[in-house]
Amino acid sequence: MARKVPEINAGSMADISFLLLIFFLVTTTMDVDSGIVRRLPPPPDPTAPTPDVKERNVFNVLVNKSDRLFVEGRWGDIRTLRDEAKEFLSNPQNREDLPEKRMENIPGLGEFPVSRGIISLKNDRGTSYDMYIQVQNELTAAVNELRDELSRQKFGVKFSDLRSQMDIDAIQAAVPMSISEAEPENIGGGK
Amino acid sequence: MARFKKEKSGELPAISTASMPDIIFMLLFFFMVTTTMREVTLKVKVKPPVATEVQKLEKKSLVSFIYIGTPVQSKIYGTESRIQLNDSFRTVNDIAEFIYNERETRPEADRGLLTTSLKVDKDVKMGIVTDVKQELRKVGAFKINYSTRKKAPKTN
Repeated sequence: MARKVPEINAGSMADISFLLLIFFLVTTTMDVDSGIVRRLPPPPDPTAPTPDVKERNVFNVLVNKSDRLFVEGRWGDIRTLRDEAKEFLSNPQNREDLPEKRMENIPGLGEFPVSRGIISLKNDRGTSYDMYIQVQNELTAAVNELRDELSRQKFGVKFSDLRSQMDIDAIQAAVPMSISEAEPENIGGGK
Repeated sequence: MARFKKEKSGELPAISTASMPDIIFMLLFFFMVTTTMREVTLKVKVKPPVATEVQKLEKKSLVSFIYIGTPVQSKIYGTESRIQLNDSFRTVNDIAEFIYNERETRPEADRGLLTTSLKVDKDVKMGIVTDVKQELRKVGAFKINYSTRKKAPKTN
């Protein structure tokens, strides 16, 4: 005959799990870490010759210590930077003073004129980090918008909605993220 | 007379709380799964700038963080921007060692994928950030991520 086992009181179970819950609430963070991804260039090799880049292929962006922009030899504005960078990288009218294009065979796209333009970003030691990120953001946005446009035209969807790795690689090869940062220099003398 | 006398007490029946632990456990599991442990206590104020073109950091275990900002206890440590690695203030010269240590703790196969996330306050000057970046280049930690908050993109 089965003996009757006394029932364990489960009334405090809720309290125990509440305690655990509050512990996790306090010790954890909810925010998803996100940011602008960049790849640093390897340290400069003093013996290597400086790469020969034509003037028309370089888009100069300077930020001074009072957060003013100097774009291609003129005072620039953060609000127009994105469009200027887009025009530079795409060169829709094949102008002489904007970067040249080279036909490249990209798997999935075939022969495609890839711009040889490079955006060169230079900042002062006194530039605020906020401004630097704004500039980086606008330049990234320019590349991303160009990728979106090409992706829509070729595959009918936004670049971020592409699923096949081959398509992603093709778009990335067609519109390279060519943002280069100059070797640091102390222009404004600020620290 | 009435043989079937209905039990008509005015009291409401007590609501069963037996499922309470289950509900709390469900909440608990939700929080356990969606959150990550806070690893370091921040000694510097970091209010990251906002940006629209952000990407999510994948593989949290392969990310090491460098915090730069003004000290929280500015009465003791001053208001100059400082670098925090793990739990203490460090200088630019300690970055190389920090990266080597971070690499040591990761499995050998993943060491090339290590990302350095720069959590920098938006009011910090670029000088110190540039120094950190130069140091990272020297030790070969090329994958970096400027930590930013996401802002809804402008609709135009």
